[in-house]
Parts: sequence; structure tokens; C-alpha cells
Amino acid sequence: MNTIKTVFEKQKQLGYGCLVAYITAGDPTPERTPEIADALIRGGVDILELGLPFSDPIADGPTIQNASLRALKSGTTPKRVLEITGEIKAKHDIPLVIMTYYNPVFKYGTERFLAEAKAVGVDGFIVPDLPVEEAADYLEAAAKAELDTIFLASPATSRERLERIVAASSGFLYLVSRFGVTGAQTDVADATVELIRKVQPFTAGKVALAVGFGISRPEHVRRVVAAGADAAIVGSAFINIVAANQPDMLRELEEAASALKAATKT
Amino acid sequence: MNEKISSYPIDGKYGKYGGRFVPEVLMEAITGLEKAYTAAKADPEFQRKLDYYLAEFVGRPTPLYLAENLTRKLGGAKIYLKREDLAHGGAHKINNTLGQALLAKRMGKARVIAETGAGQHGVATAIVCAALGLKGIVYMGTEDCERQRLNVYRMRLLNTEVYPVDSGSKTLKDSINEAFRDWVTNLESTYYLIGSTMGPHPYPMMVRDFQSVIGKEIKQQFKAKTGGLPDALVACVGGGSNAMGTFYPFEDDTEVKLYGVEAAGEGIASGRHSATLAAGSEGVFHGMYTYVLQDKHGQIAETHSVSAGLDYPGVGPEHSFLKTIKRAEYVYADDKEAVDAFLMLCKEEGILPALESSHALAHAIKLAPTMRKDQSIVVTLSGRGDKDVETIAKVTGAKI
Repeated sequence: MNTIKTVFEKQKQLGYGCLVAYITAGDPTPERTPEIADALIRGGVDILELGLPFSDPIADGPTIQNASLRALKSGTTPKRVLEITGEIKAKHDIPLVIMTYYNPVFKYGTERFLAEAKAVGVDGFIVPDLPVEEAADYLEAAAKAELDTIFLASPATSRERLERIVAASSGFLYLVSRFGVTGAQTDVADATVELIRKVQPFTAGKVALAVGFGISRPEHVRRVVAAGADAAIVGSAFINIVAANQPDMLRELEEAASALKAATKT
Repeated sequence: MNEKISSYPIDGKYGKYGGRFVPEVLMEAITGLEKAYTAAKADPEFQRKLDYYLAEFVGRPTPLYLAENLTRKLGGAKIYLKREDLAHGGAHKINNTLGQALLAKRMGKARVIAETGAGQHGVATAIVCAALGLKGIVYMGTEDCERQRLNVYRMRLLNTEVYPVDSGSKTLKDSINEAFRDWVTNLESTYYLIGSTMGPHPYPMMVRDFQSVIGKEIKQQFKAKTGGLPDALVACVGGGSNAMGTFYPFEDDTEVKLYGVEAAGEGIASGRHSATLAAGSEGVFHGMYTYVLQDKHGQIAETHSVSAGLDYPGVGPEHSFLKTIKRAEYVYADDKEAVDAFLMLCKEEGILPALESSHALAHAIKLAPTMRKDQSIVVTLSGRGDKDVETIAKVTGAKI
């Protein structure tokens, strides 16, 4: 069974970084999410993040906001997301991560939700509005369920807090590439490259370093991997393909994933 | 609990409520903001400047007026009105925008962003930005822009840019989401001026402190008039800033009863209301752990009230705390009761109250006859009702 940790090790041995893909579960409908996951995994995605949609996603740009609304409109509930996750896990031996805001998890019951997630094959969680300072209950529940806790670091994070965040993180550290919300950009700024170089010594030997926000093209992936990241996280670029919802959507997703994965070669 | 109630927040929390549930990129910003605020608070020069503008620009102190006609009509406790409607801009909102804008200036931030629902906080932000030479930007849901066109124009006249927000439900909560998104993108240059006692710490504390001028004045004025303390304070609660400002200086005076009045819209049972403390449950929303109106899956609910200023699915964490420790009692008034109270004050006292404040009045109208004639109620009249005249005409079926 592959875990987040073993996947990073394996790809490293093969001379690759990891490609982490984000999609919103239930977008455009819960029924279609497993086949979207299939296409991305066929294309070479190493770790899949499934977004559990929330009504008020303050860290997300318009692409993921709209995906969340489509998913909620089509009746996506936390329970349904767990079912979808289980369905994907039954077909593919790859790590699955749930990304969501804290309120849906809290409302379900943090301990109960994490335990049920583990039971269907979830490997880890990302909760962007839960900083380490507020995460005691969540960390306890995750340790009990043996789930990875993936925290975020940003360009504004101080060295002191970075150490604390790395210590609380397992699986990987999610480094936010720039000031702003999620969404595809035209290029990767020099400041992002500098940021990766600054953060990398803090994670080296402890936890993998994955970079997200604004990464949408193979040249972006190449740049962040060359700067020292262990993985690139791509979300909005895939969701734009889902949102366009063309007849050859699945083929497009697979090709996009494949080109992005090729760019992780070190 | 050994601490005095007024000693909260402790480490950013009011009991278990409050906290800092924000994206990582904002953590350093709110920590820095807390430091800057603590330093400003301790600086006599900052306080002197704030006092100067409150007196000379805002027109404080606002009167504490004995509503004799209304008192006589209800035949119970004396009703006093704290006239925040007479503050510059027509509402209590400016107490907070002035304090925070002075803080923004002190922090060297030239760009100020704010959210607004009905437009009162947006206008109060626009006023202080113009007066203090700051660049103001206000986010406002497209639905609210349509309902409150005059306020949009007022903000533009005051040289503030209004950015319509077309995401989600296109109302107050979405304008807050969008303001947060702007802030994470423009962290260095920008100050986010939150309009109520909500959001991540230190906002609920800071907004409460700036609004506490309301309660401090009530205490002094009431003492000067009667020599004692009022028996009850009544204020409306949306996010909860005028109520917190009214209550805070009385938190440790436990003989004074505190009533927060939420908007019951078309009735709690209808599901179309904004009574977060009465009908909500605990959750995490807009950076705080507090009571929230949400569905069983933790998705934030749509709200309704005849007064746009109370139309918010969360509430300040200190109110959740005061409810839990039973220091304050939270009640509600529906649309019809608020409109009736509005009409009564117009007729009896010659004062047009804001529809938000009319909810507080509606409760005082129920409360006064149950109390003795030698007792007193202070109602915070948080704003003036000129903005609501069109709504009143519409709901009463009058032709203008």
C-alpha cells in the first residue's frame, strides 16, 4: 500500500518530483468525480487532493469558488465525499488527501469524521483555515486515526512559526507560492523560487515540500522542482477543464496531467 | 470562572469562543495588528487624537435622551435613548472606523479595505478615509448594491471605490469573503477595516474597545442624571458591535441586565431570519469560533431580515460567551415588530430610528411594561432611519 511518504521516496528514486492534483469532489456532480480521478491518475498524478466543498471558501479564487458552488448545488455532502474517496481508493493504490475548510469537519465531529475518512482510505487532511495555533483537537484526532496532517506555510510565515508548522506537519508541507488566493497564473515569480530556497532547509530530512497556488503549466512545475520543491500542486488548471465540460474533458485532463508529470523530472 | 468578565479575551478567546481561524498567510498580519493596536492603546498621543476626532468630527458625546412620551405610553420603566443616530454619518459605525483608520495611518498603511452590507459601515469607512487622507475601497454584494443604491453613491461621492461582489449569495458575508481575498493578496499595503465585533482576534476586541465609548458615556450620563446605574440595557445584534460597545463597560456590573436583540425576520420557524444566537449552533466562520447559522453539513446558511444591517449568519464571539455564561440575555424581534417600533418612535418622539435599532426598541416596548416606574431601560439607538424610509413605505404599502 502506497502512503504519501512512500510515494515521495519512490518518485525520488526514479528521478522525479511528485505531481499533486486538486479537484473539488462533486464537481460537476458526485457521479463524475471518480472518472475525473481515473483520468488524472492515468495521466500520472501521484497524490490526489479531493476538495470537500464549503459555502464560503475565503482562501480560494473564482475557479475553486465556482467549483465549490457547482458541487454543493449537485448535492455533495461530507458523507458523499467519503463515499467517492472510497470508490477511488478501491481502484487506485495512490494516496488521497481531503482538503476542506474547518467548519464542515467540525460540524460532522472532528474525531468521527477523521476516523471515517481513514476507514475509506484517506491518507491525510489539509485544512487551510486551521493554523497550528488552533489545531490541538484536530491533531489529536488525526494522530488517533493515523492520518497525515498537512499544514500550510506562506511567504509571510516567520522562521519561528515555520519551525512550529513543519513540526506539526506530516506527509508534506504545503507551501503557498505567493500572496493571494488559489488560481492559475501566467508565470511563476522569482519571489516563489526564492521562497522555496528559503523554506527547503527547514523541511529537508523532515517532511516533503510541495508548492501550490498559481502553478498551472509544465514550465511552472519545472521551475518549482528545480528550485528544490519535492512536489508541485495543480488545482485550478484542472478545474478549468472540468468547468468547460467539453465532450473530450477526460482526455484533456489526462493529457494535461501527463505533460505536468513529465515536467517533474529532475 | 475567577476572572472578571471584562478581562476577556484571554489569549484571543472569550471562554472557548473567538480565536484565529484564518489562512496561514494572514497569521503574521493579525499578530502584527494586535501588537500595533496594543502599542497604540498605550500611547497617550494616539488616545488624544482619537478623542479629538470623536469630539470635533463625530460630535461626541451623543445625548442620552429620556423618551418621556414613549415612557408614558408604555406605563412602565423609564426609557432612555442613547442617540448614536446623531453621530456623524448617522450611526455608531464611525466610532470604530475612526479608531481603526487612525491605527492604519499609524501602521503606515495607505490603502484601507472594508466590507459592507447595508452600506452604513462602508459610508463610515469612506468618511474617515476622506478625512484622514487614506485610499478607501469597499466591497459590497451586488444584491446589496442594488438594494442600497444611495449608499453606493454616497461612498463614491466621498471618494471611495465600491467593488461589487457577485459571488455566493451576493450579500454581506460574500463581501467579507472578498475583502479577506483582497487582504491576502495585498497584505503589505493594505489595512482591513472590519466593521463589527467579528473576525479573527484581535478584531472583536478592537472593535469592542472603539465602540465602548457608547457604554462609557451611558454610564457617566446616567449617573449624572440619576446618581445610579440603569436596570437594563437593550441593543440590537447583527455582528454585534453597537451591543458590545453598550454592554462592555457594564459587564462587571451584574445588577444591570443586558439584552441583545436579534432579527427574527419572518419568524424563527420560517427559517427566514438572522437570529444566530437564538437559532444557530457553534461553528467556525470568518476566522472565529462562535454561533453560526448553518445547515447540518456545516454549510453557512442564507439569512433574512428587513434590516440589511442585521442580515449576517455569524455573531461576534464575545456575544456567544456572554450567552453561554448567562451574563446577557439574547432575544429577538421579527420584521413586523421592528417596523411597528419604528413607526411608534416616529410618532411618539419625533425620531426616525434605523430599522436595525428598531429591533432593540421593539424589545424595550415589550420589556418596559413588565418593570416598575422607578426602573430604567437604556436603548441604544444605533443609527438613524432616513436610509430605511423607502423600505418602510414598501412594507406598509404606502405610496411616496
